[in-house]
Amino acid sequence: MTVEEIKGENSIQLSVEGQVDTITAPELQQHILTAFQKTKSVILDLGQVGYMSSAGLRALLLGQKTATSKGGTMKVINVQPAVMQVFNLSGFAKVLTLG
Amino acid sequence: MKELNLTACDETLYTVLDEIKAHLKSLDCPEEIMTPILISAEEIYVNIAHYAYGGKQGMAKVNIDVCPDPGICRLVFRDKGIPYNPLEKEDPDTTLSAEERKIGGLGIYFVKEMMDKVEYEYKDGCNILTIEKML
Repeated sequence: MTVEEIKGENSIQLSVEGQVDTITAPELQQHILTAFQKTKSVILDLGQVGYMSSAGLRALLLGQKTATSKGGTMKVINVQPAVMQVFNLSGFAKVLTLG
Repeated sequence: MKELNLTACDETLYTVLDEIKAHLKSLDCPEEIMTPILISAEEIYVNIAHYAYGGKQGMAKVNIDVCPDPGICRLVFRDKGIPYNPLEKEDPDTTLSAEERKIGGLGIYFVKEMMDKVEYEYKDGCNILTIEKML
């Protein structure tokens, strides 16, 4: 998995590519938390992610909780069908801000 | 049929997933069937690695059986850790908001939802979890 950070005017976009699983999720989580240290608005582009286990959801939930506690937002974009299935099963489709 | 005998830890997770993937790809299994099988395998294997031996390291045995006719993938996970039936764990409330949610607790729920059959038994000192999905 790789994460590319793209700085916008008032936000940071994290473009994720690869598999988000038990091994890689802590790295994604760290990227999200680091981004929230720099901005209140994080955009997570999952367009190149076709696999996410519950470990990945844990990272996203922590990101969402961080966004709320900072009065910011975490928008998740370009969600692929396999990951959307995981979001729907877990109820995360309603928990996250999808765009 | 393939049998893997591994030290159950995060470092051996990809050995398990790669082997399952190779079996499924040999039958041209579509991604939409393969991905839920791999996610289910990850959730079970990581649970064994993290919890079966109470924080210590132990062994896990994984049997991979992929049949073309009828198309079925059967995975059997065995460990000699603490007796534990994960199917008795209460399903998480998936209607809670982000603030109300606890971190974790979704793994075995995914397995139950994604696979066609999930069975647990404790036999000869082994936790045995068998999962099946039609291909």
